Amino acid sequence: MSTDQTSTIQISQSAHQGGQAGKPSETREHWYLEPDGALRARVSNLKFWYADGTQAIDDVSMPLVDKKVTALIGPSGCGKSTFLRCFNRMHDLYQGVKYSGSINLLPEDENLIDLDANIVRMRVGMVFQKPNPFPKSIYENVIAGLKIRGIRKREVLDEIVETSLRQAALWDEVKDRLHQPALSMSGGQQQRLCIARALAVKPEILLLDEPTSALDPIATAKVEDLINELSGNVTVLIVTHNMQQAARISNYTAYMYLGKLIEYNDTNDLFQRPKCQRTEDYITGRFG
Amino acid sequence: MRPESSGVQVSAHFLRKRETVNQIAKYVLMAAAAISVLVTVGIVYVLVSEAVVFFEEVSVWEFISGTSWTPLFAVPTFGILPLLSGTIVVSGIALGVSIPLGLTLAVYLSEYAPDKVRETVKPILELLEGVPTVVYGYFALFLVTPLLQIVFPDLPGFNMLAPGLVMGIMILPYTTSLSEDAMRAVPNSIREGAYALGYSRFHTAVKVVIPAAISGITAAFILAMSRAVGETMVVAIAAGQMANFTFNPMEGAATITAFIVQVSMGDVSHGSVAYMSIFAAGLVLFLLTLTFNLIGFFLRKRYRQAY
Ligand SMILES: Nc1ncnc2c1ncn2[C@@H]1O[C@H](COP(=O)(O)OP(=O)(O)OP(=O)(O)O)[C@@H](O)[C@H]1O
Ligand SMILES: [Mg+2]
Repeated sequence: MSTDQTSTIQISQSAHQGGQAGKPSETREHWYLEPDGALRARVSNLKFWYADGTQAIDDVSMPLVDKKVTALIGPSGCGKSTFLRCFNRMHDLYQGVKYSGSINLLPEDENLIDLDANIVRMRVGMVFQKPNPFPKSIYENVIAGLKIRGIRKREVLDEIVETSLRQAALWDEVKDRLHQPALSMSGGQQQRLCIARALAVKPEILLLDEPTSALDPIATAKVEDLINELSGNVTVLIVTHNMQQAARISNYTAYMYLGKLIEYNDTNDLFQRPKCQRTEDYITGRFG
Repeated sequence: MRPESSGVQVSAHFLRKRETVNQIAKYVLMAAAAISVLVTVGIVYVLVSEAVVFFEEVSVWEFISGTSWTPLFAVPTFGILPLLSGTIVVSGIALGVSIPLGLTLAVYLSEYAPDKVRETVKPILELLEGVPTVVYGYFALFLVTPLLQIVFPDLPGFNMLAPGLVMGIMILPYTTSLSEDAMRAVPNSIREGAYALGYSRFHTAVKVVIPAAISGITAAFILAMSRAVGETMVVAIAAGQMANFTFNPMEGAATITAFIVQVSMGDVSHGSVAYMSIFAAGLVLFLLTLTFNLIGFFLRKRYRQAY
């Protein structure tokens, strides 16, 4: 793929021009939309290597639109989680990993890769693929992030606990057992608790790694409602295996394949008029 | 083509054989469990029955309230308090050294140290575990005490401070290694959850990893405590063997175990009251460690968490 462009704007323009030049869509390798709205971040030529030398992200460039939901789709092992975890520098916990390229936060124009990882994580929240509540009470789980931000007033904490749990569609189930261990809950409840825990600190960017894969259809619908509510307030980047879900909840969708970004487009356009053959194969189920 | 649904055929012979093995395994395991229970009961029986003979000669009240312990004197006295105070002071110093040091080291090894450092330090600690306790005893007597005497010129050659400190180092491998194991058993996903909320390394260790590992860490300290209370050689060598009712670590004293070796290696005749007294002292030691283990058991039950 072309790596000599200095910014993604040029890449996307050249893709447009390529299209105008009458190239058939079947041979188009990549296609990136340049969205209208304000951006929260711009990823440029991001590459990532694990300690064993595996390159899991290969030259990905894409915008992240402010206060909108962006979905990441792609076959298992294509690097979606790896990409997501670059945004809160989760990889830094392990020795020997390597980044190149940048994730520029806008409008402040700071490269997130160069910032202090703790500062980044204060601003970027995350819900993991597997529920990971702390072995503490439900209440303590929700306030875990607030305590290290110096919020200690009981009334404030109580209020945030209730709103966060309501947002995560968990309040009615746990309001009478807030002080029981989180690990006594079902897997789906634990995942919603993790969502509440992430929401409680009001992150600027929220990363969700298949947040509903452990949930039943009712809880999934509630979480999807929540994500719809969040758009407009928070910038959300969500990984999902469920294409209907991506279509329902996201404004923009990125399709990844083997560590590369194949297509980034308006969600409706990507699912109805994919620009690349690979995207079409994937969303029509001919592959993956 | 539809897959066969009749299942894999299993022969009756195979099932019978499997059942036999199952039964045999059950009885072998039951026998092993029974033996360990019987041995424990036997030990307790010997301790208690000999102690009962002792308490026919010496009143229980004299034993638990007397402040003088001189079983080998012409006019013997049998107050356990001096031995108890010695045991408490020496173990207390040892734990005072070992708990903070061991926990800090464990947090460092588990949460901070690069793999290479951990892989170097852990074997060294385990090596420390293999040093004979006699060596530690002479180390306390001939090196630590003289060094301490530079700071405290009045410190006698036999004192409880030096063996206490040395014992703290001696049990460091237990506290460190076991609490480190407990912390490393905390799944990474929980650590990642903490970091994702903006926790620093230190906060993650103190607020999330240690609480999650608390049952293992408690177990480590209980074990260390039993070790300290039951330790013999270091104290027998470096604290003198004079029972002394004091809580001042700058004085020499004897502990329960130090007294027991002293008597059993001496020429006290079997059946004498002095000889019996080691069973009474042993019973106290047994009750002491039993109490610690019970405390540990309840603490662990309280904090038990499954991941
Ligand atoms: N810790 C690691 N060390 C080395 N390689 C890794 C590591 N974690 C993931 N990988 C590799 O990186 C690639 C991308 O993995 P990643 O977990 O990002 O995929 P994914 O798209 O999230 O898949 P899934 O949909 O199954 O969750 C895979 O080929 C995987 O084998
Ligand atoms: Mg994944």
